[in-house]
Amino acid sequence: MTTVSAVPAATVRTPPGGGPLTGTRALATLALRRDRVMLPIWLYVVIIGVASNAYAFVQLYKTVSSRTALVASGESNPALLFLYGRLNGDSVGALTAWRYGVWGSLIAALMSVFLVMRHTRGDEEAGRLELIGSARVGRQAPLASAIAVAAGASVVLTAALCVLLPLLGLPAAGSAALALAIGTCGLAFTGISAVAAQLTAGARAARGLAVGVLGAAFLARAVGDATGAGGPAWLTWVLPLGWTEMLRPFAGERWWVLALPLASFAAATWLAFSLAARRDHGAGLFPDRPGRPDASAALRGPLALAWRLQWPALAGWAAGFAVMFAVCGAAGKGIGQLVATSGALTKEFTRLGGQSAIVNAYLASLMLLGGLVAAAYGVSTVLRLHTEEAAGRADPVLAGSVGRVRWGLSHLLVAFAGTAVLLAIAGLATGLGYGLSVGGAGDQTARMLTAGIVQLPAALMVVGVAALAFGALPDACVAVSWTAVGLVVLLNIFGQALQLSHWVLNISPFTHVPRLPGGSVTATPLIAVSVIAVVLCASGLAALRRRDVA
Amino acid sequence: MGNAIEARGLRKRFGKATALDGLDLTVRTGEVHAFLGPNGAGKTTTIRILLGLLRKDAGEVSLLGGDPWRNATALHGRLAYVPGDVTLWPNLTGGEIIDLLARLRGDSGELKRRQELIERFDLDPSKKARAYSKGNRQKVALIAALASDAQLLLFDEPTAGLDPLMEAAFRDCVSAERQGGRTVLLSSHILAEAEALADRVTIIRAGRTVETGTLAELRHLTRTTVDAELDGQFAPDALPGVHDAVMEGTRLRCEVDNAALNEVLRRLTAIGVRTLTCRPPTLEELFLRHYSGQNHDEERVQVTPAP
Repeated sequence: MTTVSAVPAATVRTPPGGGPLTGTRALATLALRRDRVMLPIWLYVVIIGVASNAYAFVQLYKTVSSRTALVASGESNPALLFLYGRLNGDSVGALTAWRYGVWGSLIAALMSVFLVMRHTRGDEEAGRLELIGSARVGRQAPLASAIAVAAGASVVLTAALCVLLPLLGLPAAGSAALALAIGTCGLAFTGISAVAAQLTAGARAARGLAVGVLGAAFLARAVGDATGAGGPAWLTWVLPLGWTEMLRPFAGERWWVLALPLASFAAATWLAFSLAARRDHGAGLFPDRPGRPDASAALRGPLALAWRLQWPALAGWAAGFAVMFAVCGAAGKGIGQLVATSGALTKEFTRLGGQSAIVNAYLASLMLLGGLVAAAYGVSTVLRLHTEEAAGRADPVLAGSVGRVRWGLSHLLVAFAGTAVLLAIAGLATGLGYGLSVGGAGDQTARMLTAGIVQLPAALMVVGVAALAFGALPDACVAVSWTAVGLVVLLNIFGQALQLSHWVLNISPFTHVPRLPGGSVTATPLIAVSVIAVVLCASGLAALRRRDVA
Repeated sequence: MGNAIEARGLRKRFGKATALDGLDLTVRTGEVHAFLGPNGAGKTTTIRILLGLLRKDAGEVSLLGGDPWRNATALHGRLAYVPGDVTLWPNLTGGEIIDLLARLRGDSGELKRRQELIERFDLDPSKKARAYSKGNRQKVALIAALASDAQLLLFDEPTAGLDPLMEAAFRDCVSAERQGGRTVLLSSHILAEAEALADRVTIIRAGRTVETGTLAELRHLTRTTVDAELDGQFAPDALPGVHDAVMEGTRLRCEVDNAALNEVLRRLTAIGVRTLTCRPPTLEELFLRHYSGQNHDEERVQVTPAP
């Protein structure tokens, strides 16, 4: 009685057998198709980021005399050594490698982490790999394709930088070394992420683990560099980011250093494949234990839910902050000694303001870094609203007797409180680490706590941008929010060396934060930035009230 | 008593796609109302407008006497919702989620009822949601809704993923709710479910209401299926109101407009009837008729000759 015509039945065929890697090429193609927007953006950020900054450096620091001040501070100022690494020479190439080598490697590593996680544990947790695994696809093919895509991205950015940097007028050998340093760092973190993806059942936790290793790598080399020859300089050798410096691009390249990231990529990839071969689909290293059959009395309302969803991440960040800043604070002692004992550099140190001013500048740089990272934490926390909405988990909450503003505010409050806690930990841990090593722990802790907390309004303003983006531009909010984070990092980490105008630098709220310890505090900018943060959040919530929930 | 849900001329567009194109829906207080339509007809969009998650472009809508967009929060305290695609927080256990949803709604949280439902649906509430199958996730949402003391239950394809035993459990629960006087809106494309449970039915297609009424009313508009063994040959082509007639030897199967039923039966008895079954149309047949698209009108007049 219906007039719908049937699709003819399929002809059954018997395909040839396959190995564990069957289907890798098809999955890699699928991954490239899915990443057709994100992957070019990542590559653009790394390639154009490094190349355009190098171009600016080549233009700005053509002559030896224009480089003198920068070279002098690069050789001696521990705050700069901490942030950027060792300066291996006084050529314009060496300056470029110093300023952008470690940070370029960091962004390449982040790219690898996100690419690998998205196509391994992320897809597995979302259930997409189950459908794929039922097709004629080898057991190891999803992992192999993710590694292939991420490694391919590293190769592409290496090749692009190898071509672009000499075109800007930098020596070919050094350019190749810098490009390879950044690219192999991406490779090393491809392997590290592949291992992390095998360990936890949740994609969020696996990503946290890999980013944690990246944080540890930054910390190890930062302490190794900043404390100078008398300190634990070997720390720079331990993990990938330091290898970028040890390769010495533009300053007598040590090519054999490239064996370190390549060997760790090979070893980690082997480990990831053998772990993947042993575990069940969807399972982590530890099986899920049964939980409570009923909710605790505390789990009532959207704020309690937001806290329940977000505290594990906050705990991880807090632990990372505590370790990182305690170690960096303790490194302040070595910096003080370096200044006191260094005969050759005395003149330069005096110019910088003497021992206490140099240590203060180092501690203030630490707090700036803490503020930027805390802002990134706050943004990721607010964007959880977007994740919840996209996954359909906002519906059951909003279908309860919960208004949109209350729901939005619940995650926003967690972001606010979490950012404040992280900054307080940054200050306290730095003060404790420094105070315990030089004496006067109580005073140091108190003044560093203030130095940490003054970063809060600026961090919250970046969080506010994310809140407004989520409310007003839900489809673009992830891109807009992380662009805002990238922008403040660019302005506050690289802006001065690029000799950007004050007008441009003033866009970033962190430009208006008093440099503590050592600087003076004026209330006006802090209040103004706070007011802007509140207005941004309120506008975001107002926009959320008016729009459709996806 | 007034109507629990009243929607008139509801319109909603997403960019260029029209999701709702003048949809009407009336759900009377205390009834079980089946909301039927094929995939993509606009069932979920309608429910999301009723929940105040989407804002209507045009039309009138009231839910429990209020505006679902402006009074969302207050109204949500009086309803419980089971989404079609239940996604849960992977780190929370089923039991935690059931309690949480009750508290978000502002329920008193009656423990005895919760426990009975968990047993009836055979759910392990101490498992993490990550480990639940689709059917088990569905059960979590169903238990949370059924355990509530809400006046109105909104179910969006609630039995998708449930096994037949659990489907039966769900039907029992909804029947009990009807006795208890709760209003239920049941969006579905499982017709047997709507047939077994619903007082009234609304059928939609492409964002528009095509039929609404009790099943009896809808059947009145439609055809009866006749299956008869005859003593001789019958030429149905000549008769108005006979559709899809097939003669296999002396066996006749056809569908007859209810208005023409008298005349057809008179002709058949004149030939001589050995066996005869007359059956009112199942919802399945109503459904196929409405959904087979543009062919619908031609089909009404077309008679398929015997192969």
